[in-house]
Amino acid sequence: MIHFVLLISRQGKVRLTKWYSPYSQKERTKVIRELSGMILTRAPKLCNFVEWRGYKVVYKRYASLYFCMCIDQDDNELEVLEIIHHFVEILDRYFGSVCELDLIFNFHKLPRAQAYYILDEILIAGELQESSKKTVARLIATQDSLVEAAKEQASSISNMIAQATK
Amino acid sequence: MNPFSSGTRLRDMIRAIRACKTAAEERAVVRKECASIRASISENDQDYMHRNLAKLMFIHMLGYPTHFGQMECLKLIASPGFPEKRIGYLGLMLLLDERQEVLMLVTNSIKQDLNHTNQYIVGLALCALGNICSAEMARDLAPEVERLLQFRDPNIRKKQAALCTIRIIKKVPDLAENFINAAAALLKEKHHGVLITGAQLCTDMCKVSTEAHEHFRKKCLDGVVKLLRDLANSPYAPEYDISGITDPLLHIRLLRLLYVLGQGDADASDTMNDVLAQVATKTETNKNAGNAILYECVATIMNIEDNGGLRVLAVNILGRFLSSRDNNIRYVALNMLMKAISLDSQAVQRHRATILECVKDPDASIRKRALELVYLLVNESNAKPLTKELVDYLEVSDPEFKGDLTAKICSIVEKFSPEKLWYIDQMVKVLSEAGNYVKDEVWHALIVVITNAPNLHGYTVRALYKAVQKSSEQETLVRVAVWCIGEYGEMLVGNAGMLDVEDPITVTEAEAVDLVETAIKCHTSDLTTQAICLVALLKLSSRYPSCAKRINDIVLHQKGSLVLELQQRAIEFNSIIGKHGKIRSALVERMPVLDEATYSGRRAGSVPAVVSTSLGTQPKMSNGVAKPTSAPLVDLLDLSSDDVQTPSSSGGDFLHDLLGVDLSPASPVSGTNNKAPKNGTDALLDLLSVGAPTAQSSSSMLDMLSSEQDNKRSEGLLDNFASLSTSSAHSSSAVSSSSMMDLLDGFGTSSSVPVAETSGPSYPSVVAFESGSLKVTFNFSKEPGNPQTTTIEAQFVNKSPDIYSNFVFQAAVPKFLQLHLEPASGSTLPASGKGSITQKLKVSNSQHGKKSLVMRVRINYKAKDKDVLEDGQISNFPHGL
Repeated sequence: MIHFVLLISRQGKVRLTKWYSPYSQKERTKVIRELSGMILTRAPKLCNFVEWRGYKVVYKRYASLYFCMCIDQDDNELEVLEIIHHFVEILDRYFGSVCELDLIFNFHKLPRAQAYYILDEILIAGELQESSKKTVARLIATQDSLVEAAKEQASSISNMIAQATK
Repeated sequence: MNPFSSGTRLRDMIRAIRACKTAAEERAVVRKECASIRASISENDQDYMHRNLAKLMFIHMLGYPTHFGQMECLKLIASPGFPEKRIGYLGLMLLLDERQEVLMLVTNSIKQDLNHTNQYIVGLALCALGNICSAEMARDLAPEVERLLQFRDPNIRKKQAALCTIRIIKKVPDLAENFINAAAALLKEKHHGVLITGAQLCTDMCKVSTEAHEHFRKKCLDGVVKLLRDLANSPYAPEYDISGITDPLLHIRLLRLLYVLGQGDADASDTMNDVLAQVATKTETNKNAGNAILYECVATIMNIEDNGGLRVLAVNILGRFLSSRDNNIRYVALNMLMKAISLDSQAVQRHRATILECVKDPDASIRKRALELVYLLVNESNAKPLTKELVDYLEVSDPEFKGDLTAKICSIVEKFSPEKLWYIDQMVKVLSEAGNYVKDEVWHALIVVITNAPNLHGYTVRALYKAVQKSSEQETLVRVAVWCIGEYGEMLVGNAGMLDVEDPITVTEAEAVDLVETAIKCHTSDLTTQAICLVALLKLSSRYPSCAKRINDIVLHQKGSLVLELQQRAIEFNSIIGKHGKIRSALVERMPVLDEATYSGRRAGSVPAVVSTSLGTQPKMSNGVAKPTSAPLVDLLDLSSDDVQTPSSSGGDFLHDLLGVDLSPASPVSGTNNKAPKNGTDALLDLLSVGAPTAQSSSSMLDMLSSEQDNKRSEGLLDNFASLSTSSAHSSSAVSSSSMMDLLDGFGTSSSVPVAETSGPSYPSVVAFESGSLKVTFNFSKEPGNPQTTTIEAQFVNKSPDIYSNFVFQAAVPKFLQLHLEPASGSTLPASGKGSITQKLKVSNSQHGKKSLVMRVRINYKAKDKDVLEDGQISNFPHGL
C-alpha cells in the first residue's frame, strides 16, 4: 500500500502532499524534511529507491519536480515507478506540458485543485484505482463540466435577480 | 459585505507570502489571512467560502495550524451543490485524518452522499471514505459500501467501492466476511479498473480472513488464471498499453492475488504453474513495465509451493536482473535474492561475486541491500574470503557506511571464526580501520577471546602495538591495545611467544610506556580509556621495573584529575607503587582467564546493562565536569562490564582477581562468599584491608562509595554497596585523600561490624505445570540486594514413553513484569523421565511486594513426528517473589 505521496520541487518546496496513513501535522513536517534531505541530495543515475524507517520511498524526477511515494517493505518498487509515470502522463495530458509541471503546482491553479482531483481518480486508500488514462481524463472532464454548469447557473440566476430588481 | 472578510484573492495571497523575506514576515501575512478567513467564517459568508478554503489549504501546506477551517469543510460537504461538495471533500481529506474527533460529525453527510442520485457525488463520498475513514465510520458505513459494490450500474463506482472496502476491512477485519461474495463477483467484470481493484480487494481479504482465503481459492482461482492468460495473450490495446504490454498494472495485481492463493497449497500452485511459466518466459524485458511484471512473477513463484522447474527459471531471471546495468533492476534483484536464499542458497551462492561487487556500489540503497545479502550468504566455507573482501573495502568505504559495514563484519567474524588467530587478526584490522564504529560489546568480547588464547598473547600484544602506531586515532583500538600491554607487557618487549608468521619487532619498555602515556594524556580519550590506561600503568610498574619511577610520575599526574574516580585510583596506585613494593608484583598479576561461556551467556541474555549504556554518555554536571557514574568504577573492576548482577562474576570479583589477593581463608566475610554470589563489597573489603578485614575502614570506604552512588540509578552491585553501608554503623561524610591512604595502610584497626546477609531468602520449588505427558518444575533464587529480580530455573521432565524433539518453551508475563529467557540446555527430551531440560528465566517484578508473579506458558515439541502444543497459566508462585 502507498502510505503517502509527495511532490517536492528541486528547491525543496512542497507542491503536493497526500497522506493515506495517519500522520500528525508535526510528523508530516518531519517526514517531508527528512525525505527531501535524503532524496534531493541523491546523485542522478542512482536507483530510484531509498530505504527509510522500515519503508521504501520510490521517487522519480520529472523536470524540476520529484514525485515520491512511500510503500511497504515487500511492495513492488518497479510497479510504483509505473504508477508515478501513469500519474505524470495524466497530469501532462490535462495541463499541457510536463516541463511546466512545477508551474502548475505553483498553486495558481489550486482554486480548482486539479492535481488533487486527478490523484483521487488514480489512488484511493493508497491503492491503484484505474489504469486507463482515458477513463481518468473523461471522469475529470465530466466533473469539471459539472462545476462549470453550476457556476453558469448561479450567474444566470444572479443576472435574472439583477434584471428583476432594476 | 464586510470589506475585511472579502480579503485578497488566493493568487495575491500566495504572491504576498512568496514575497516575504523572513519567516517572521511570512508568519505575519499568514496570521492576517487566517484572521480574515476566520472573520469570514463567523459571518457565514457563502460567497467566499470556496476561496477561503483554498487559501486554508495553501496555509495548511505551509505547515500552519488550520483546525478552525475544519468546520468549514463540513459545512461545504453538507451543502447541496457539486462544486461545494467537491472542494469540501478535498479540504476534509487534506485537513483531517482518521484520528480527529471532528470526523465523526461528517459520517452522516457521507452516508447521505453515498445514497445520492448523482453518481459523481457518490464518487466524492467514496473517495473521502476510502482515504480517511476510521474504525467507527467503517462500521457505520459498511452496509452502504457493500450495496455500492454490488450496484449494477454505473460500473465506475464499483472500483471506488472496492478500494473503500479495503480500507474498511483493514480497520475492522471482522467485516471482511460480509464482502466475500461481492468481492468474488468483481473478478468477473470486464472493466480493467474494476478488475484491478477487485484483485487488490481479494488479496487484502485473504490476509485478514481465512474464510475468504478458502472461498477465493475454491471459487476464483481458475477465473484469475484465465484472466491472466487472456491478458498476457491479448492483442494491442491502446487504452491500456504501456511500452507494448497490455495493462502491466493489472498483470501485477493478478500475480499478487495468485501469490496469496498459491501459498501453502500444492493443488492451487499446480493450477497456476503454466500461466506463471508463460508470463516468466514471454514478458518483454527492455522496459521497466515488463521488468515490474517479471519481478512480481518471481515473487509469486518463490512464494507458492515448490515446483523445481519454475524456481530455476525464477532464480535465472534474478541472475539476469543482477547483471543488468539498470540500478533499479539490480536493487530489486538483491531484494528478491534475500527471499530466495532460504529456498535455494546454492543458487544464490553462485552470484556471490556479483553481489560482493554491489557492496561497493556508489549507490547507498544498493550497498545496504547487498551488504545484508552478503551477511546471509556467509557460511563456514566462505567466511574467510568474504571477510577479507569486506575488510579491504572498509578502508575505502564512505564514512556513513562504515557503521553498518563494521557491525556486519564483526558479527561475521564472531560467528564464523575458524580459529582464534584469524579472529584476532580480523578484529585488529577492523579496529584499526573503523575502531570508532565498533560497539562496546564487540571489543569486550575480543578481550575475552584474547585472554583465552594463551599461546597468542605475545602475538596479539605486538600486533596491537603495531596497529596503534599506525592509527592512534581509533580510540577502541587504543583501549584494547593498552589493556593488552598492561597484561602482557613483558611479552611485548621480550618478543615472547613468537609465531612463525610474525616479523620480529624491537620495542623497548620506555616505548611501551610512551604509548600508554600518550593515550592517557590525549585530550580526546574518554573516561573508560583513561581508566584502562591507569590500571595498565599500575601493572606495567611491576612488569617494567626500570620504568617504575616514570610510571609513578604519570600516575601522580592523574591525581589532579577532575574526575573523582580517576583521582582516587591515581592516589591508590601511587601508594601501591611507592610504598608497597613487596606486595606489588603479587597485586598486579595477570587477569585470570575470563570465562567465555559466562561472557557469551551474559551477552545473549540481553540484560539491560546499566553500566555499558552509561559508558558512552557521561552526564555533564553544570560546571561542565564529566560526572563519574558507576561506569568507570566498574570498568576498573570488570573489564567486560556489562552485567554487574551476574552472580558468578561480579565486578568486585574481578577487582579481587585483578589485584591478585586471595583472602578467602583469612577473611570471615569473603570466606562465605566463595560459592555464594559474590558481591563487590567483599572484594573491596579485601582490596582495601589487604590481609585483615578491617570493618571500620571498609565501612567508611563503603560510605564514600554510597555517597557517590546514592543519587544515581545504578543498580545491582552498587546498590549493594549502598545498602550495606547503611547497615553499617559508621558514617564518614568527609572523604579526603589522606584517609584513603590510611585505608590502604591501616592494617591494624579492626572493629567488627555486622555485615548484611548476602544470600537472598530461599523459596520452595513448585510444580508449575503438569500434564499427562510433561512436568515442569520451577526452582527459585534471588540475588541479594535485588529483591525485584527472581531467577527461575525451569526443569522439564518427559512422562511419556516417546522422545520429544524440537522442544521449545515459551512464556509470557503481564506488563508489570519483565521476563528474560535464557537458552535452554537442549531441545531434545529423553523419554520416561530419564533426563530433563533446564532453562533459566529471569523475572523482574516492577511491583514487587504488591503483586505476585503470574505467567502464561506455551510448550511446543515433536513427539512421534507430530507437533504437540501445550499451554497453561502458572499462578502458584510462592509469595514474595
